[in-house]
Amino acid sequence: MDHYDLPDAAGHFGLHGGVYVAETLMAALDELQTEYARAKADPAFWEEYHYELAHYVGRPSPVYHARRWSEALGGAQIWLKREDLNHTGAHKINNAIGQALLARRMGKKRVIAETGAGQHGVATATVAARYGMECVVYMGAEDIKRQASNVFRMKLLGATVVPVESGSKTLKDALNEAMRDWVTNVDSTFYILGTAAGPHPYPMLVRDFVSVIGNEAKVQMPEAIGRQPDVVVACVGGGSNAIGMFYPYIPLEGVRLVGVEAGGDGVETGRHAAPLSAGRVGVLHGFKSYLMQDANGQIIETHSVSAGLDYPGVGPEHSYLKDIGRAEYTAITDDEALAAFHDCCHLEGIIPALESSHALAWAAKAAPDMDKDQVILVNLSGRGDKDINTVAGLVGMTL
Amino acid sequence: MSRIAACFARLSGAKALIPFITAGDPSPGLTVELMHGLVDGGADIIELGVPFSDPMADGPVIQKASERALAHGVGLKDVLAMVAEFRQHNADTPVVLMGYLNPVFSMGYAEFARAAAEAGVDGVLTVDCPPQEAGELSAALKASALDPVFLIAPTTTDARVAEIAAHASGYVYYVSLNGVTGAGHLDIDAVAGKIAALRHHIRLPIGVGFGIRDAETARALSAAADAIIVGSRLVQEIEAATEQTAKEQLTRLVASLKAAIR
Repeated sequence: MDHYDLPDAAGHFGLHGGVYVAETLMAALDELQTEYARAKADPAFWEEYHYELAHYVGRPSPVYHARRWSEALGGAQIWLKREDLNHTGAHKINNAIGQALLARRMGKKRVIAETGAGQHGVATATVAARYGMECVVYMGAEDIKRQASNVFRMKLLGATVVPVESGSKTLKDALNEAMRDWVTNVDSTFYILGTAAGPHPYPMLVRDFVSVIGNEAKVQMPEAIGRQPDVVVACVGGGSNAIGMFYPYIPLEGVRLVGVEAGGDGVETGRHAAPLSAGRVGVLHGFKSYLMQDANGQIIETHSVSAGLDYPGVGPEHSYLKDIGRAEYTAITDDEALAAFHDCCHLEGIIPALESSHALAWAAKAAPDMDKDQVILVNLSGRGDKDINTVAGLVGMTL
Repeated sequence: MSRIAACFARLSGAKALIPFITAGDPSPGLTVELMHGLVDGGADIIELGVPFSDPMADGPVIQKASERALAHGVGLKDVLAMVAEFRQHNADTPVVLMGYLNPVFSMGYAEFARAAAEAGVDGVLTVDCPPQEAGELSAALKASALDPVFLIAPTTTDARVAEIAAHASGYVYYVSLNGVTGAGHLDIDAVAGKIAALRHHIRLPIGVGFGIRDAETARALSAAADAIIVGSRLVQEIEAATEQTAKEQLTRLVASLKAAIR
């Protein structure tokens, strides 16, 4: 992996990625690409980005040895990259700040975003307040019902939350609606896309911003244990926290990369959100990648206990890493994720996000079969405070 | 000569009316009848929408039409069967499929192109497949003598217009506003000016659509364009009609639009 330098100039990762949008958006994407190339080469841009991460987000986030859990499992040592400790409680803020700084550089006074569980919406509303921008967040009407506290949080931060009533009324429809807004208000508006997906250059620029996670870990792990971990694992919905963790590790071939998709009721039941495990290549939301679709090429509804993983597509770079075999992808069911959620609460005193619980569950499954001197680094991508109503509901409680 | 080229040749400078309806809306059994109804009203070319679960470039009217069609399970193969049935009684009116890439990609470009040509389709517009990604699809379409139709937007640069001109055949579709289908804030002078400028790069006929809601607007734009494309307004007419009256109402509306651009 000496020469990994993707995407190509047209935004392709192997056969994935690209720019599959209506002509009405081409000029805006070209402008974004040009401006991002300038920003990328401008040390002052990165200086401000890292200043904000240090003083506003609270980076670097620590790596933490989950000692009691590791002992209980009796195998490999589990370490956690603590993205749950970031301002707003998840890794999403790393991307939102980067794109907001880009928006400001481009003179855009209005930002829009799509959100599923509400974490990216909250992150976007947060940075819009921080930089004095108007903010509109599109959210599926179904998700609004499920995530009332995040909706209120966005409103407190001054954002307008627009319910999306079309299609399945979830994340994918919110993304459609954000794209429609962008087409209509393309001169004034910057679209802060929430994951490493969408048309080029989004998968690349989101990856570059969230790579701060893996870049830190790559320095922290040798400091902590004298070497890199044997396995790095992260949950994969759209795939931004995972690519942020994986990307810096791609050249280190001794480090195994594992992406964990939402297995819902089980991949064999069809009720899941695991396009890398059980999808076909297709085109949606501006890019080519593995997709959940029916025989007619219609996008099918996904199922997961975790709203943040409930997406029928996946960032194109993951599809490429799967194709070339550099990363492996697997799925964890709702039940397995919930068990890991509770174990992490009890044994480590950390309430993890249900999304991150999928990665934790994989680690808990794999650790017992590994040696005690082996190390699994899990990206704990967010905290679970937002999920307590969901979890309470599953045990028959109303809060 | 393709059916589309023959159609514009027949018009010899008169303006074409291109109505759009979504295949399978309000029900699959009615689509072919509605297509004949469009021709009865004076349609020169028919754009037939292929329903898709995630119509990113469409406004609420066509989104709902897509949802109604999908509720009946209408897929790309069903749409091709409808065109084949239409062709049993109409050999002349060109049919252009308009939709999104994934159903076509899912079927496979070569298989789709062969099946579409066999069904009697004349052109294909995949909204989310701009020319830089369209190489393989366009080659497959052209190998089956189908015309790839492309969009041009108000924000499209001259360099891109030239690229689109190199790929397109049949006609090009000028999107009259920054927005989704059915939006309504058209600046007629600006659209006319832009179409005139496009003629420096494009020899194909230029159709204009998105947001044309009445005969007045159609007439004003027909001074500059070669074809007027009306979609959301017709879909609304179908929505308001019963299955018994839909054909007659569409015919009447299309006739009034056609009269306006004559």
